[in-house]
Amino acid sequence: MRSTAATIAGSVLALFVLVAVFGPLLVPYDNVTTRMADRLLPPGSTLSEGGFALLGTDQHGRDVLAQVVAGSRVSLLVAVTVVVVGGFVGLVLGLLAGYYGGWTDTVISRLGDMQLAFPSILLAILLAGVLGPSLTNVIIALAVTRWVIFARVVRGSALTTRNREFVDSARVMGASDVRIMARYILPSCVQPLLVAATVQVGLTMVAEAALSFLGLGVPIDQASWGSTIANGRDYLDSAWWIAAVPGLALTLVVICVGVLGDAARDDSDPAKSSGLGRKPLRRRKAGTPAAGSTAAETTGDSTQAVAR
Amino acid sequence: MTELLTVSDLAVSFGEVRAVRGVSFGVAEATTLAIVGESGSGKSLSSLAVLGLLPAQAQVTAGSIHWDGRDLRACGADELRQLRGTDIAMIFQDPLSALNPSLTVGYQIGEMFRRRRGLGRDEARRRAIEAMTEVGIPDAARRAGSYPHEFSGGMRQRVMIAMALALDPRLLIADEPTTALDVTVQAQILRLLRKRQRDGLAMIIISHDLGVVARTAQSVVVMYAGRAVESGPVADLYTVPAHPYTLGLMAASPSARDAGRRPQPIDGYPPDGAALPTGCAFHPRCPFARQRCRTEDPELRTVAPGRTSACHFAEEVLSRGGAVGHPRA
Amino acid sequence: MAAQSDTPVLELVDLVAGYRSRQGPLGRSRAVRAVAGVNLAVRAGETVCLVGESGCGKSTVARAVVSLLRPIAGEVRFDGRDVTALDRAGRRDLRRQVQLVFQDPYASLNPKMTVHDLLSEAWRIHPGIVPRGDWDAEVAALLERVGLNPGHATRYPHQFSGGQRQRISIARALAVRPRLIVCDEPVSALDVSIQAQILNLLARLQRELGVAYLFITHDLGVVRHFADRVAVMHLGTIVESGQTEQVYERPAHPYTQALLSAAPSVDDWRAQEGEEIVLRGDVPSPLDPPSGCRFHTRCWKARDLCRAEEPALVRRDTDHPVACHFATDAHVVAADGH
Repeated sequence: MRSTAATIAGSVLALFVLVAVFGPLLVPYDNVTTRMADRLLPPGSTLSEGGFALLGTDQHGRDVLAQVVAGSRVSLLVAVTVVVVGGFVGLVLGLLAGYYGGWTDTVISRLGDMQLAFPSILLAILLAGVLGPSLTNVIIALAVTRWVIFARVVRGSALTTRNREFVDSARVMGASDVRIMARYILPSCVQPLLVAATVQVGLTMVAEAALSFLGLGVPIDQASWGSTIANGRDYLDSAWWIAAVPGLALTLVVICVGVLGDAARDDSDPAKSSGLGRKPLRRRKAGTPAAGSTAAETTGDSTQAVAR
Repeated sequence: MTELLTVSDLAVSFGEVRAVRGVSFGVAEATTLAIVGESGSGKSLSSLAVLGLLPAQAQVTAGSIHWDGRDLRACGADELRQLRGTDIAMIFQDPLSALNPSLTVGYQIGEMFRRRRGLGRDEARRRAIEAMTEVGIPDAARRAGSYPHEFSGGMRQRVMIAMALALDPRLLIADEPTTALDVTVQAQILRLLRKRQRDGLAMIIISHDLGVVARTAQSVVVMYAGRAVESGPVADLYTVPAHPYTLGLMAASPSARDAGRRPQPIDGYPPDGAALPTGCAFHPRCPFARQRCRTEDPELRTVAPGRTSACHFAEEVLSRGGAVGHPRA
Repeated sequence: MAAQSDTPVLELVDLVAGYRSRQGPLGRSRAVRAVAGVNLAVRAGETVCLVGESGCGKSTVARAVVSLLRPIAGEVRFDGRDVTALDRAGRRDLRRQVQLVFQDPYASLNPKMTVHDLLSEAWRIHPGIVPRGDWDAEVAALLERVGLNPGHATRYPHQFSGGQRQRISIARALAVRPRLIVCDEPVSALDVSIQAQILNLLARLQRELGVAYLFITHDLGVVRHFADRVAVMHLGTIVESGQTEQVYERPAHPYTQALLSAAPSVDDWRAQEGEEIVLRGDVPSPLDPPSGCRFHTRCWKARDLCRAEEPALVRRDTDHPVACHFATDAHVVAADGH
């Protein structure tokens, strides 16, 4: 699965990155000029001055292809930066909370709970409103709303991993806390973190769109997929292409990121990458109650209840 | 003695792996048969096949299973379900995962009577308490209202036995019934099972522990890498094994009360079911192995009255004497 | 086994240890004294076995010895120094001297590390044991020492069988060159034919390296030929201890007698019904141990004195210490099969 699906996904993403970097040079996007004669032309139409609109035009007569190409730059930059920044902060705080527990965990988790209780888009609006519209501020506002998701995911896996026997084994060996977190806890958090990240890439793009729609996002002279989709919302039944084209691009990116995330996860698991699973233990005696007596008694052999 | 259950030449494949490669056994009323083997020997799959409870990836590929004159392989899923619980019951190593954590044990045992006997709620509860008392759960009337996690491991296994025996089955299949239990609790459970067997119950005990088998069974089938390598009455087989693997297993078994018995390991590791050695599957670990063993898989053959062995050199093994006389010991 | 010196490597002095347990979702958490005053010494190159059933506190002892758990009271002395009083550097040094081999070789090895990483981890943490340039050779030597193919250093744990994994765990413990290895049920998860392999390996390593073992097990049969001394633990206290043969041949505590009698043996097919001692009931909860002697609820010898007064672990009419008011060494284990 890795060879084909992941390769395709990787190629598509690479293509999008190339478009984001070089696209605007080839398909210049003019935000200011509106041509009333070329309003709402369907894909494949010829423009009034003789140009060709491959993906149609919007309600102001602007070329949709040029908008999507220009928007890819902003959307990808915002999404990736937010996920990386939010993910990193969430990873560190989640690791600390999950590994140390106690009051560290209480402080971080309660902080996260409070923030989650507050609608995240509202918080982003508040922050973006205070900071003013700019690309950097959008990234800051969205990253602040996202870290909790990552922190929760990481805390959950850190919590289960820190009680695994191989972590005790590292402690007995004399490994420091930092080392245990880096070499033992972190690898087990990578997979759920990647899954969360792939989901968040899409959600962040949408959230950026919402901010842009409200005028709190990227400045009006820059296009983003989100703002283009928002523009096309009122024309869904008459000019579907305005929203559909950037929407399709967004979907494609999210799916490809997801596929790559899966591939990366399988790669990080040696048992899975070689096609071998863990054999169930034949026999286990109950451990100390401290180590969790119920968990210690379970075995791979016994599965079903008595025949009914 | 007529056999209640007769299994012949049973073969089970688990995905690509031939996990059970021809096993035969039978059990009569008021007797106990033990199937002994280590992890991966196919002993659990053999018994699950009898009940039609094989996991999804596994299926019976050959052989016959006869219960009281009926061919179980020809039975449909409904017929088998009818048979399970009423005629044949099963208990597992880990009672906690086999009990529903959100229902009281009294309700779960009572369910057997409600579903299968059509009894009312109160009558079913009364019978459930009776069944719990019978397996030695103290203060059963009160404990019937408790949930599985409120019981100790030993008491949970008693609950499982009460549930299994609720409808007076004729055969009980016990898969490692005491492996998860403490030694002193194990002794209690084995005593309970022995008592039920004397009262007429037929039992198949599946175990890795020759000591547990010695305390419960009259006859034994020893399995290795999916095959029966030896079978016979307990007294004969334990006195003089007829297969090198049995001999090795006896020598490897620890004994707390016999100062002269120092456990001797069997060299090497059990084979991977997907990559079995050529010839006899035990030959890489066998002190008796010769050229013939590497090429020719021995048939299970009768080597003495009531005894079979799948070894080219069974007579030689028999002449070595008791288990302590392992050639490398 | 190996020569014994006079200073114990490990000494437990009135050790009390446990964990916190919460009663019900809203209940207050309280300390459970899983180990309620244990005294034990392990000398250099010696094997001491701690035997008991689940919940007796034997694994809590193990965790306290390797400092995974802070004692509630009492001392864990290593070379005469109390480890709970050590500073950071001292504790780090201690980690080099005491290692732990776990029961479950599937859970105790990090599945994402190769064998080479697992073994060299110790040298990464404690620079100075083995210079970096010698790691490959040293890993190969360790694998060879525990009976594994040195060429398998690049493999992951899941590519090995249970017995092989336990060999890796042992090699990992040996990597820091410890003086004491605590073995917590190291063979309970293994097939019978493999158990003796691992025990023989441990015995050979002791002869070659002079390492001492604190061996923790529920199985009396496994350690009979392996232990120098045995201590039987029941519900947080040691009820009987002595040289292995003293305890096995002349068990004086009713609990030891019951354990020995209940341990299955291949000779049991000769036994008659009712020969073995079968205790009543279950092991009491360590949350709420019985008054007086903690064994009295299951003991067939119990009298009023047992309910009122906890017996001390002292020599009575016996050649080794026993914590029973009515201990006798004249008792012949009833279920001896021959």
